[in-house]
Amino acid sequence: MLELLRSNYIECFAMFLYAVGLFTLILDKNLVKKIIGMDIMDSAVYLLLGSMGYIRGGKAPILTEGVETYVSPLPTGLVLTGIVVSVSVSALMMALAIRLYGKYHTLDIDEIYLLARRGEGENV
Amino acid sequence: MNEPRSPGFVAKWKRWRKGSPELLRDLQCEALPHMHPDRRAKYGWEDRPKAPISAQDRKRLRSIYRSLAIVACSVIFLFFLATALTLPRVGDPDAPAMNEVVDRYLNDSMEETGVVNTVAGVILSYRAFDTLGEAHVLFSALAAVMILLETHAVTKRTKQERLLQRVVWGAQGDPIMQEVTRILFPAVALFGIYVIFNGHLSPGGGFSGGTVFGACLILHSIAFGDDETRRFFSERIFLIVKVSTLLVYSIVMFAFFFTGANGLPWAFPLGTVGNIFSSGHILLVNIVVGFEVACTMYGMYSMFERGHV
Amino acid sequence: MRPVFYNFPMVSIVLSLVCAVISSVLRGRAARTLSLFLCTAVAVLSACTLGYTVSCGEELTYVMGRFPAPWGNEIRFGIVEPLIALSFSIVLLLCIVGGKKQLQRDIDTGKANLYYVMIDLVQAALLTLSYTNDIFTAFVFVEICTISSSGLLMIRGLGRTTLASIRYLVFSLVGSGLFLIGCVLIYGVTGHLLMPFIKEQIAVLWATGQYRLPLLMIVGLITMGLAIKSGMWPFHFWMPDTYSYTTPASSGILSGLISKIYILLLLRFVFCVFGTEVFYATGIAAVLFVCGLAGMLFGSLRAIRENHIMRMLAFSSAAQIGYIYMGIGLSPALGVAAAVLHILCHAVTKPPLFLAAAELTDAAGGSARFADLQGAAYRAPMSAAVFLIGSLSMVGIPLLFGFITKFRFAAAAITGGGWMMLPALVMLAVSTVLNTMYLLRTVLRIYSTRLEPEEHGPAREAGEPPMAPEPVPHLHSGACFAGATGVFCALNVAFGVWSQPLWDLLVRGLQLL
Repeated sequence: MLELLRSNYIECFAMFLYAVGLFTLILDKNLVKKIIGMDIMDSAVYLLLGSMGYIRGGKAPILTEGVETYVSPLPTGLVLTGIVVSVSVSALMMALAIRLYGKYHTLDIDEIYLLARRGEGENV
Repeated sequence: MNEPRSPGFVAKWKRWRKGSPELLRDLQCEALPHMHPDRRAKYGWEDRPKAPISAQDRKRLRSIYRSLAIVACSVIFLFFLATALTLPRVGDPDAPAMNEVVDRYLNDSMEETGVVNTVAGVILSYRAFDTLGEAHVLFSALAAVMILLETHAVTKRTKQERLLQRVVWGAQGDPIMQEVTRILFPAVALFGIYVIFNGHLSPGGGFSGGTVFGACLILHSIAFGDDETRRFFSERIFLIVKVSTLLVYSIVMFAFFFTGANGLPWAFPLGTVGNIFSSGHILLVNIVVGFEVACTMYGMYSMFERGHV
Repeated sequence: MRPVFYNFPMVSIVLSLVCAVISSVLRGRAARTLSLFLCTAVAVLSACTLGYTVSCGEELTYVMGRFPAPWGNEIRFGIVEPLIALSFSIVLLLCIVGGKKQLQRDIDTGKANLYYVMIDLVQAALLTLSYTNDIFTAFVFVEICTISSSGLLMIRGLGRTTLASIRYLVFSLVGSGLFLIGCVLIYGVTGHLLMPFIKEQIAVLWATGQYRLPLLMIVGLITMGLAIKSGMWPFHFWMPDTYSYTTPASSGILSGLISKIYILLLLRFVFCVFGTEVFYATGIAAVLFVCGLAGMLFGSLRAIRENHIMRMLAFSSAAQIGYIYMGIGLSPALGVAAAVLHILCHAVTKPPLFLAAAELTDAAGGSARFADLQGAAYRAPMSAAVFLIGSLSMVGIPLLFGFITKFRFAAAAITGGGWMMLPALVMLAVSTVLNTMYLLRTVLRIYSTRLEPEEHGPAREAGEPPMAPEPVPHLHSGACFAGATGVFCALNVAFGVWSQPLWDLLVRGLQLL
């Protein structure tokens, strides 16, 4: 088991980061911290994906003279796509946080919910 | 606004120039009241709601949800840890991920796609559909941010107002920032364009190079103010670049998919490996994607900062 | 040389993406026309593809690019996929047409074109998620679907809507995150991203017992991720706020199409990635079954207690999704076919209910509470008739589509159910009763002519103004609303009377998967 931990430590750490990110996204009251949690979660997944392509002793997959083994280029390409998706989603959530702050002047999601329920009434 | 607000304005301004810093705020309030930092009109913000929230209300919402969430996250983490320990070993050359797919990407991509950077070959030639989707994810996020934050504020200011803004407000930035940006802006822009153009020869590509170029536009806007940046990157250019790059990308991809599925020959020549003008459509796609990403990054920054490009 | 129909799915996907980009610079009216044109074009293209695949009867794969699988990307279409694409594009078209009046009222004219950009992107995402043969493409277009459906939601600028959209987005992103990590684990364990190759590898791994825990985690993560996104009990809490505070065209699209495409993606994973033997052997089908039953029960119970018509319809949607998950849990052949039939039924029944409810709310002077909706039918007779037909279909009256799907669920439970037969039949009966309680109660209320006692105020002093509400003039529902809801009701009745061909088509299609 310790042997497994030693060889797969990157993946274990990625899972730990994922749990931290998920925890922050679900539980934290502050909107900006939720967004940070989501970023951590996505970064953990890309760390996991990137570590799957690694070959011990391999070099970066830019074809050059005299290199024997390369690292797999496929997970790297997937991570490129994933990062762009993660950035887009973060930007959207930030914009929502700005709108909510402008209306309710607080970043605490519980306060916002209570103010919304009290403020506008049920006749929408 | 063609002239100063009050007769004493010019006199006050002269006194400020001679060394009375406490007059600055008065001058700012008088000269350009709609630029005052306390304006509440940003994004349609409203007055702060009056009624406070009781601690009892606050507590009721939290307890059950909190304990359930803690339990759920701990369980998820333990399962994930167990899974991570049973996955194939990292770095193992016999892992399931090292199969005939990766062999072809590494060995044959130079002949088939003409790239030196195999990652660019993978994302723009072998798995081009995913990258098309990814560019449109960025576009949809920009559109969603525009739905939320766009305000069609009046941006036309006369030349005198711009001059006064620069004098009274110090053009929104400090001199150190401006001097450094004057040196850095061409270097960063050139680096961004280099990364975009060399995507198929070295690490880089449209997305990373576009982000660098977009960052340099944002730097310019922070240092010199949006008026200065709008002199060479106006809303019109923003819209034109955004739409035309995505259209070119979609049309090239349409041709790529159509010719590929129906067995027709492909029009872009592969060229000599290692030259700038090689690898067929990959260079063209890198360029359009690079400018689209730069545009999107700057557009999102402007939406957050002021609500319009 | 392949026929030209072979290219139609790819053409429809790229056309949707191109229309989305062009709409971002057009004005509102031109963008609307472009979206209507797009939905019609996609419907026509999908119908041609469907005709072609039905006539040749096999599953076709289309290479997206110049390299075949497993090195390149692919899409795949048999009978079920073009059928879904066709029906979803028709429902999308009818929702935009029917909700025109409220769209013009709710959206800021400067941003109207952005709404249609989102509609086009939703169309592209729906098409790709039906046709995809690759798990990473599925992830990218799931994100497009999430962002554009939250765009559909946020177009109305109320504070309550913004709060609902952040809640929706958080839930949706948790689901996407679980789905993504499931896809990453699939890649780690099998080394492939294209579905047929993954399926071979997973069959081998399951038989040999290697990587057993990762496989179980993969099945669990993907199912949970997609279940959270589609609103299975107990993850349906975002639904009432999301569907109630936005424009009714968006409510119809979100409830009728968006939550269903994730269920269809899950079915695609079950059939084409895991294989039905492996999926049903892991035992997660029992979890889906139980959650489906709980959703049917608790969704309906909560809907009964609601006082706001749109929130009641939203809880009713949660209950209907419970039906679908119950069907998936029942059996891989008949149960899943009944679930897909119910997806089509719900897509045809729920959007007109939302549109009609919005019209009735307008007729009641803007209030959506039941107390104020009394007698609204006499001010908006057409909407009330549409609401009546939709409610009868949801309850399961014969001659309407809802009856056929309930019948198919019962048949699937009896023939293939095993231990699940008795709970399924009991819950079908109980939920029919509960559905009747809240839907027909609403119908009776909108048709009632008697004023409730609290409507009369205390005894009036002489000279005080009258307490009764001002008479609202007869509401003139536009031709768009009439046309769209008319088509919805016609489809409902048509499939209610004559559903056998559709059922045969579905069963044939699922066998091909």
